[in-house]
Amino acid sequence: MMPADVSMQTAAARPGLRARLPDVPVTVLLSMVWMVLMILVALLAHWLKPYTITEMDLMARLQPPVLMGGSWAHPLGTDQLGRDVLARLIVSIRVSLSLAVSATILGVLFGGIMGLLAAHFRGFVEQLVLILIDVQAALPFIILALSALAFFGNSFLLLVFLLAFYGWERHARVVRGLALAAYGQGYMRAVEQLGAGPGRLYLRHMVPNMGATLVVSATLAFPEVILAGAGLSFLGLGIQPPDTDLGNMVGYGRTYLQTAPWVLLCPAAVIVLTTLAISMLGDWMRDQLDPGQRA
Amino acid sequence: MTGFLLRRVLRALLTIFIVVLAAFLALRTTSDPAIVILGPDAPPAAVAAFHEAWGLDRPLWVQFGSYMSDLLQGQFGKSMLDGQDALSKVTARVAVTLQIMMPALLLGVVTGVGAGIVAALHRGRPLDRIVMLGAVSGFAVPGFVFGLVMVLIFAVNLQWLPSGGNDSWQAMIMPILTLATGWAAILARFTRSAMIEVLDQPYIRTGSAKGLIWREVVMRHALPNAAIPVITMIGFMVGGLLAGAVVIESVFSWPGIGQLIVSSVSSRDVAVVQCVLVLVATTMVVSNMIVDLLYGWLDPRMREAG
Repeated sequence: MMPADVSMQTAAARPGLRARLPDVPVTVLLSMVWMVLMILVALLAHWLKPYTITEMDLMARLQPPVLMGGSWAHPLGTDQLGRDVLARLIVSIRVSLSLAVSATILGVLFGGIMGLLAAHFRGFVEQLVLILIDVQAALPFIILALSALAFFGNSFLLLVFLLAFYGWERHARVVRGLALAAYGQGYMRAVEQLGAGPGRLYLRHMVPNMGATLVVSATLAFPEVILAGAGLSFLGLGIQPPDTDLGNMVGYGRTYLQTAPWVLLCPAAVIVLTTLAISMLGDWMRDQLDPGQRA
Repeated sequence: MTGFLLRRVLRALLTIFIVVLAAFLALRTTSDPAIVILGPDAPPAAVAAFHEAWGLDRPLWVQFGSYMSDLLQGQFGKSMLDGQDALSKVTARVAVTLQIMMPALLLGVVTGVGAGIVAALHRGRPLDRIVMLGAVSGFAVPGFVFGLVMVLIFAVNLQWLPSGGNDSWQAMIMPILTLATGWAAILARFTRSAMIEVLDQPYIRTGSAKGLIWREVVMRHALPNAAIPVITMIGFMVGGLLAGAVVIESVFSWPGIGQLIVSSVSSRDVAVVQCVLVLVATTMVVSNMIVDLLYGWLDPRMREAG
């Protein structure tokens, strides 16, 4: 009875989603367009950028963008060293997005495994995971990140791991709850009694059932990861020059707030639009998944 | 209830202990404070003297034991940088941070919860759309961007407000607005969904059906029930008060605890960093615990379950 129940849900969702596509709100469509654009820019950064990010044109420092009376040689103007803002922006989008995507995936994986472990073993292991969740919730991310970056030095890999820790406890809670609920449903016991090992049980049956919820949970966490990464770089603790990311551009552009606000405003606008777009997509996806939980 | 309380307190204490232990290990094992403070060229004799003075030559577990026993007596140790008492150094900065955090939290809670309630009561209508658009944008604009744009407008162009520092009351306006906007945006979304969930309940329909005026239904039946998740959220925010302003403090050069953390982490002032971590984690754990207890008080069903 229960397995039929579950498969009916997914079967109903698939044609439903396609049929509803014309009714997708304009804001969500715009968000999708923006995200596709960002992903394309990130993927094609090497071919799109008009200059390299370190190429300096000392004769053309702090040039304004085209709209503020600049020239087409530097459509978004140049920074204090005469580096092209558009080129740096394109590369920054690539760096920031890949950082956030890998951190989010890692966070979901880690949180998911912890949640499954807690639900599978119960007892002592579950208490341990719950305490780890408590510890993570009690240690504000920024302080954790500050200490780790100051002590272990700065590297892209460490940043990815740090940002992955940001929010893993939420995914762990979600997965633990879903797994506990799944045990209560007949299909898990049926598969188990048919002789499936834990690997098959979890990977083939339980995780696919959680998939949609996990994707939404990751999408909702994604903008926060972007903001956290940008915040760290803004403080000068994230991506280090000569490399660049969106937060780092805002952080260094801050010095020229008065004379060349575009150096700061361009990356700031990209951060805002991207987080806005993903938040809207995430909210919309959550509503599609569970109309009862509209927020 | 007593068992629930006891378990809750034990888990809170354990959490704080793990934070203290993790911070201790991370700070003591990854580098030598003597080298950082005295410089890489310091003569070995000076380094040894520094180690002896601060007890860094003892085995790690002995150091941790004496640190814990000091901690339990309320001694947070002395700053390795200038020998000041770590606790008083930290609390002085905490006070400065709270000067902007408290008004910001109050403003954020009042506007956020208010906007969320208004939006829920006008669900689907233009007012709701406007509030939600504001809330989503408020969430998407990072504090440092919002702050810098305000600096650009009000400090650089209009020159109405100082761009940073804490010399005058005018300097508090922009940091408070920046922090409050972020909180209000989160709370508005949260309150709205909590309110909508409650408004869909049968007892609300019963209330209006039995002839109660709508305001009575909202005030007496909807609001108290919607308050429960919202209070949890506010509890989280109170717990994060101390650490929440690191970035904003940097934007407005506000000399609060954020700046102290950044500077003492980079100078490896172990006692100060640990003191901050303990205070921050304790605030978080205690406020989470208070929220749990408030739950029981607000919702009798929880009391029986716990």
